[in-house]
Parts: sequence; C-alpha cells; structure tokens
Amino acid sequence: MNSVLFDLPGPKARMRHRLFAVLGVLAIAGLLGYIVYKFADAGQFDATMWTWIQYETVQIGLLDALVNTLRAFAVASVLALLFGAVFAAARLSDHAFIRVPATVIVEFFRAVPLVVMIFFFHYGISLGAPFYSVVLGLTLYNGSVLAEVFRAGIHALPKGQSEAAYAIGMRKTQTMRLVLLPQALRAMLPAIVSQLVVLLKDTALGFLVTYEELLRYARYLGGLLEFEQPLVPVTIVVGALYIVMCLALTGVAKWLESRNRRSKKAVPMEDTPEQADLEAVRPV
Amino acid sequence: MDVLLDNLDLYGPGFLNTIKLFALAAIGSLVLGTILAMLRVSPVPVLRAAGAAYVTLFRNTPLTLLFFFFVFAYPFLDIIDLSYFLAAVVALTLYTAAFVCEVVRSGINTVPVGQAEAARAIGLTFGQNLGSIILPQAIRSVMPPMMSTMIALLKNTTIAAGFSVVEAGAIYGYLSERGYSVMTGLLWVALGFVILVTPLTLLQRSLEKRWSVAR
Repeated sequence: MNSVLFDLPGPKARMRHRLFAVLGVLAIAGLLGYIVYKFADAGQFDATMWTWIQYETVQIGLLDALVNTLRAFAVASVLALLFGAVFAAARLSDHAFIRVPATVIVEFFRAVPLVVMIFFFHYGISLGAPFYSVVLGLTLYNGSVLAEVFRAGIHALPKGQSEAAYAIGMRKTQTMRLVLLPQALRAMLPAIVSQLVVLLKDTALGFLVTYEELLRYARYLGGLLEFEQPLVPVTIVVGALYIVMCLALTGVAKWLESRNRRSKKAVPMEDTPEQADLEAVRPV
Repeated sequence: MDVLLDNLDLYGPGFLNTIKLFALAAIGSLVLGTILAMLRVSPVPVLRAAGAAYVTLFRNTPLTLLFFFFVFAYPFLDIIDLSYFLAAVVALTLYTAAFVCEVVRSGINTVPVGQAEAARAIGLTFGQNLGSIILPQAIRSVMPPMMSTMIALLKNTTIAAGFSVVEAGAIYGYLSERGYSVMTGLLWVALGFVILVTPLTLLQRSLEKRWSVAR
C-alpha cells in the first residue's frame, strides 16, 4: 500500500507495526469485552431477555413498525425528489423574481433543524397524525438539500455542453432537458442516494412525535415487564435493522456509481481528481 | 413578538444550552474523529479495519437511536452515571466523530503522494512532513466539508430536546404550559437557528473562495 503519510515499511518498521497491531487488538478486544461483560453482568444478555423475539405478536409488531418506517421513507423521498427538482429549476431560472424567492426558501429550510420543523408541524400547527408532520418535515429539509445537489450537478458540467446546445439553436428548456439533465443526473446519482440514506436515518426522528416507527416500537418493547424490560437486546436488533437498510441503500449507490464509470456516455466533470475523493464524504 | 419577549427566560438559557452542547460535542468529535482518521490511514491493517468498522457502524445508525441507547440502555451498564446533558454530549460526539473522521481522512488523501515522497526524499522526518507539508495542504480541502459537518452538528443538538435536555428545541413544551402560542414560539426557535447557522455558512463560503487557490 502506498499512502501519503507512510513509506513502504522496512524490517524494523514491520516489527513495530506488528507490535501496534497486537496492542490495538488487545485494546479493542478489551473495550468491547468490558462493555459486553458489563451488559451481561446487568443481566441484559440472559436467555430470558431474548424470549420476546419468539412471540408472533412481537414479530408482527416489529414488522409493522418497520413498514411504517419504510412508508415514511418512501413517501418522503418521492416528495423530496419532486421538491428538489422544482426548486433546483427555480434557482436556475433567468428571472430574478423566481430565482430569489426559491433561493431564500431553500436556504431557510436548510438552516432550520429538522426536529424544529417536525415539532412545528406537529405541535405548532397540529397537522393531525404524526405521519404527516414527519413526512412534511423530511420532504422540506431533504428536498432543499437535493435542490442544491441538482443545481451543483448542472453547474459541474463543462460549459461547452450548454454553449454547443445554444450554438445549434436550442432554447433554454431544450438545452436543459436534452443536453444538461441527462448528463448531470448520471453524475449526481451517488450524491442523491447518499441523501436518501440521510432521509432514511432521519425517519427515526418520528420517535420524538410519537410516530409508530421502529424506534417507538423498540421503546414500547423495551419497557414491557413481561419480558423483563429487554432494552439492550431490542436496541441491538433495531440498530442492526437500520444499519442493514442503510448499507443496502449505500450498496445501490456504489453499484450505480460503478455502472456509471463503465458507461461510455459519461462526460468528465469539471473538477480535479483530488476533489472527487472529497465527494465521497457523505452528508451528515 | 410577545411570545419571544415574555419568555426570554426560556429562550436565553435554551439557546445557551444548545451552544454549550454544540461546543462540547464539537471539541469531542474533532478530537475523536482525528484519532479515528489516524487509525484509518495508519499502516497497520487491524487498526485500519477498526477505524473503518467504527465509521460504518456509526454513520449508518440514526442519531436518535444513539440518544435512545445512551438515555435508556446505557444506565444498565452501570459504569459512570451520565446526566441527560452529558448523555446527549456523548451521543452527539460519537455520531459526529464518524463524519469528522471521513472528512479528515479524505482531506489527507487529497494531498498528492508526490508531495510526501518529495518531502521524505529531502530528509524531512515524519513530524516535519506532517506538520509542514501535508497538513497545510490538507486543511484547505478539509475546511468546507468540516464546516458542513459542524453546521449539521449544531442542528442535530435539537434532537436532545426529545431526551429531557432543556435546550432550544425543548422550548415549545414550556410555552404550551404557560399558555403561549407554540407555533409562534417555534418560528422564533427556527429564526434563532437561521441566525446561528448563517454566519457559519458565510464563513464556509469565504474560506472556500479564499482557499480554493490552485496548488
């Protein structure tokens, strides 16, 4: 491996690395072992703590909660993509009276915490079922981020593309629809999917406004005295579910990216290879 | 306006707590994130794998779940009693550290390998190489995404409102108790965040512009 910081190791350095490896493994194993031991000590890993998973009602409840999470995710992501497309188009408009309000709206929703938005819709103007508040909040926040992603994608295309389109007599709409968008979408797909991962994670905020999603069900299960309050096992199971779902989405993003790279239609973007790595940095 | 002025005793401490939470978690996550980034670029495969595992684990977990863990499940561990505030700081730190780690790591990777090789060739030690060749270049490309991460952290502090920490996000509950309009109250909270986030965004843009000079 050739890294920036380290030269290829010689015999002495290799010995040192082996020592570090042993120390590192010991330290990590020690830390994990201590945590597991402490939980086991508190009785959280006893066999009786896991019996809940055998009950059919619990399994169905968990599945329902999972479906609720995915439902909020599906509806919100479709709406957010629409919102993003509309506002990106508005921000790219030539007319200031469309561009300026769109910019203000997008910047506002990007600056306000999602939790405050969801609270506003749920407690402030009482939208009714928590589902609506969660979906509306997720749509507005992620939609504005996606609008920025779309706009950046269009801007990153080489200038020659739009210039050539104008030169052969296309109008602005034609240029956008036939030349810029197809290329930009290809390049933006990974960024869009990572934003969708954020959206999926943020559905957990529904917990705060009593939306019946995974985390809410975990709280309910973890408090049940019949199962001796199996909070830690439930948290582990729900956490694993979230991680699997997010990794699956990330996998889709990676697959799209690799397919994209092989495609001959892809146009090189106007950024340096150094910046390309920074784009691997995912949104929080 | 009345809602804000009559309840300044809520808004003041609320936003102060938000800023305290942000500052503590920012320092914590910067330190932990840098350590993790060091693990991720180290020449020892086991340490690299450990860093990667941490990042995958925490980047794909909702922050709400981390809060959930530290507020409800952590007390079973019975190590150190954490107050709700400290639990929030720990959850925010662990979560944000994963993102900081990735930003720092990719920043170090943006420095062309030739730079470090040239530095080694003229006999600079590891410390000199890191301090005067790599970091000055890496920091330039790290700053904009780091600022985005910190802005996200500032906004994420509001999740603590759902876990018994009295900060800006929790103001609405007290407002409804006092009989004020929750809607107007939350609009003021939103405005407060816009005021907090805007200077950070402007700073980010100006840094980006000033530092995007070609090497």
